[in-house]
Amino acid sequence: MTEERIGVYVCHCGSNIAGVVDVEGVAEWAREALKDRGVVIARDNKFMCSTLGQELIENDIEKEGLTRVVVAACSPHLHEGTFRTACQRAGLNPYLCELVSIREHVSWVHKDKAVATQKAKAIISGGVERVALHEPLEPLHVPIHSSTLIVGGGIAGIQAALEIADSGYPVYLVEREPSIGGHMAQFDKTFPTLDCAACILTPKMATVGSHPNINLLTWSEVEQVDGYVGNFTVTIRKKARYVNTDLCTGCGICEEKCPKKVVDEVFEAGLGYRKAVYTPFPQAVPKYPVIDVDNCTYFEKGTCKACEKFCPTGAIDFEQEDEVIQVEVGNIILATGFDLFDARRISQYGYGRLANVFTSLEFERMCNAAGPTNGEIVLRDGVTKPESVAIIHCVGSRDKNYNNYCSVICCMASLKFAHLVEERTGAEVYNFYIDMRTAFKDYDEFYQRVLEEGAHFVRGRVAEVTDAARMPGEEGKLIVQAEDTLIGKQRRIPVDMVVLAAGLEPRHDSKEVAHKFGISCSANGWFIEKHPKLDPVATMTEGIFIAGVAQGPKDIPASVAQGAAASARVLGRIQQGEIALEPVRASVIEERCSGCRICNNLCPFNAISFDEEKKVSVINAALCQGCGTCVAACPSNAITGTQFSNEQVLAQLNGLLMLNVANGHGAVTEAERVPA
Amino acid sequence: MKYGYYPGCSLERNAKAYHQSAMAVAPLLGLEFVEVEDWNCCGATEVIAVDQMAAYALIARNLALAAEQNGNGHLVAPCSACFLNLSKADHYMIESPELAEKVNTALAAGDLHYEPGTVKTSHLLQVITEAVGLEAIAEKVTKPLYGLRVAPYYGCLIVRPGFEKKYDDYEYPTVLDDLMKTLGSEVVDFPLKAHCCGGHMTQISEPVAMELIRRLLHNAAEYEADLIVTLCPMCQFNLDAFQDNVNKYFGTDYHIPILYFTQLMGLAFGLSPDELGIGTEFVSARPALDKILSEAPTKEKPKRPPKEALPMPSLGGEG
Repeated sequence: MTEERIGVYVCHCGSNIAGVVDVEGVAEWAREALKDRGVVIARDNKFMCSTLGQELIENDIEKEGLTRVVVAACSPHLHEGTFRTACQRAGLNPYLCELVSIREHVSWVHKDKAVATQKAKAIISGGVERVALHEPLEPLHVPIHSSTLIVGGGIAGIQAALEIADSGYPVYLVEREPSIGGHMAQFDKTFPTLDCAACILTPKMATVGSHPNINLLTWSEVEQVDGYVGNFTVTIRKKARYVNTDLCTGCGICEEKCPKKVVDEVFEAGLGYRKAVYTPFPQAVPKYPVIDVDNCTYFEKGTCKACEKFCPTGAIDFEQEDEVIQVEVGNIILATGFDLFDARRISQYGYGRLANVFTSLEFERMCNAAGPTNGEIVLRDGVTKPESVAIIHCVGSRDKNYNNYCSVICCMASLKFAHLVEERTGAEVYNFYIDMRTAFKDYDEFYQRVLEEGAHFVRGRVAEVTDAARMPGEEGKLIVQAEDTLIGKQRRIPVDMVVLAAGLEPRHDSKEVAHKFGISCSANGWFIEKHPKLDPVATMTEGIFIAGVAQGPKDIPASVAQGAAASARVLGRIQQGEIALEPVRASVIEERCSGCRICNNLCPFNAISFDEEKKVSVINAALCQGCGTCVAACPSNAITGTQFSNEQVLAQLNGLLMLNVANGHGAVTEAERVPA
Repeated sequence: MKYGYYPGCSLERNAKAYHQSAMAVAPLLGLEFVEVEDWNCCGATEVIAVDQMAAYALIARNLALAAEQNGNGHLVAPCSACFLNLSKADHYMIESPELAEKVNTALAAGDLHYEPGTVKTSHLLQVITEAVGLEAIAEKVTKPLYGLRVAPYYGCLIVRPGFEKKYDDYEYPTVLDDLMKTLGSEVVDFPLKAHCCGGHMTQISEPVAMELIRRLLHNAAEYEADLIVTLCPMCQFNLDAFQDNVNKYFGTDYHIPILYFTQLMGLAFGLSPDELGIGTEFVSARPALDKILSEAPTKEKPKRPPKEALPMPSLGGEG
């Protein structure tokens, strides 16, 4: 029998628990039946998490000399911290408090009151057995490095970088492409206000480029991340630009003289050309061009060097090599954005086959005054203005064959396209939609405006886009066939141009990136936040934050908000100077470790490494999040976890099994009760 | 390579030319087709619509026979409807042990039993393009079909067994296009390639059937195809035998021959039209086949697109 003095507190959670579990009966049972197992007090309360409920515990610790506390309430995800802090206030080590769930595990999943009540008792019994074996633990304090790494120079990453840098802390902003700006830099107008995208974005880009606290690393990629929250060491590859940025003035002569023209698949979305030496767009930050070695004549054939010959400052350097650098940072924000759904995958829409079918991103470039057509809306021949345009919504979104989710931005982007077509060409516009989704500020007003401008809306998913004319008037047109579900009829609408509002997809390498940074992706490939509502920019890995579309489809305002939110979280950390880490950690008992390394790759947080000298696995306590995967996986029981040792878990199981819960009928007689 | 061969009813009657040409081409490709003995009708599209249980039993009898007679369990069906029915019955029997049990109770009356999943059914086109392959086919071509403009028509049944591993792209398949190019012919981009030929609508609703057939003929004519090549007896029959009806119904004047892909393969391999059943079609293929050139037509250099033209999307995916 334990010598501990244990208090048991059973929560009603209003009617959440009390509606199904006889809470008062459970408390009374704990008082009587668990007396000989160390329980000296058992109480119930309408809301244990309320100040009154917490004070109940604190008073009992002080007056009754409790040494252990079991709270039977909701999931530890919600209130473990609350009750631990209450214990701490009363002078009890917080880790001597155990929260067992009789809401998520009992009242919310059972209907039979008798069985639910019995199961609540069993769960409390398990908690009592376990808590007796708890040990007082002290949190781990680690210093926080004041530098921050931000990956991705789109609007979310830019916003985060500026917030942190403006607060006086250093930022490394890593961008894969030659310039920052992301997808937003490709757009012409932004909904619903029709602000010019460049006009509102480029000032921010310029600020990033010249900010004394921002170290901008474009044309660079993160290769490796080591360390843990507060103390990451990040290895970054700066790809060779073949341009000496100390000498380059960004005059653009190299680009002008380069004889090699290639289709720009990235910035121009395939709709326009660039040279083999290029800056993606005039306002690029930084202004320095890069040489695309796959297309450069010199790299292909060994001759040309036109850029070198004409460069007035001798900045072209064909001998330049990739540079690998290491930086120390305390926190990391991932704002890696999205790829556009590849519309070729829906072959019946004809993209890639029918010349006048365009993707939304191609259309953005077409509308952009600095784009391939100088903002003229024209057919693929580059000359003819369309007289009628169809915009197909939900291409690759809300479709179980491709992506089941809504891509969020396409309805509003399509409305913007409809407006621009109307404004610039006077053409008839047909929107083919499933549902119009114009939530958020001023969005529905914009929808009303476009309706009033005379755009047509056909509710129905498009079956196909074809050039096979069937009826008079269809010759030479693209025919969009759809079921109009509002009139219940098939419609064939001949148009000159089709724009596919392609959905947003996670970056093609999002899973690798997630693995590199030790975070997780959802089944769809988006980075997973710590909590979908209450912690949307943190991840389960301490010190790694996410922002923008990388976390899930969202528009510019939401991306900016997330960038700012993530930076606020990082700044809070930096200002504290150090961080207390949960002492719930796994550790290796070296004498038992056989060096099999099974645990090494299982760790989702990259916390386990192998000591080649000692031939044993080593767990980095700061990286470990206490998930227990390695403890369970170790074939020689060489890994133990504080707060989840084998002894503690077995004691809890033992406690659970002391009561017979289910007899198949629901009714539980006293006679069935296994005596404690 | 040896395969069980399930001809289906059509190949004994209206699609004799398909059977004849398939049998003529097969040995040249190293394929041996052994007809399943005592096979019965697959029920086409009708039986399954009336009584599913009876339909599956009817189909499964053929699978049972094929499994019994043919060691390697690979069955080939030239008819798209047969291919679909055989695959479907097998698939649903694997999926539902209850259905398999009922079917086998029925089969037991004829001392037969079928273990779901033991026979793999392929369409003839699949065997030719996948098991033989385009490279091997190219080697056999002695009289390329130079200058012949072909509209490849797949119909709806071969590409849409949605429950199976997807066979080509079911909205815009290209495997028959590739085969026809291998034979030296010119392939037109036929937008209606996977649209319906009307099936048995000719017996149910004349206006519907006539319109569905007209669209296909009209589209092929628009693209200046010399002929339409098919892989399904139903498609061939509707487009060929009803072409005259369509012309009368709409006052049009289409003369587009409809041939089986095996017939064109045979021609390219140097076989005579008679050996391939050419001449048995309603709309004579002679005028079209006379256009075949002995030399490869000199290809016009693709014109440089005008300076202001925008580039077409690349073939690869993004990112």
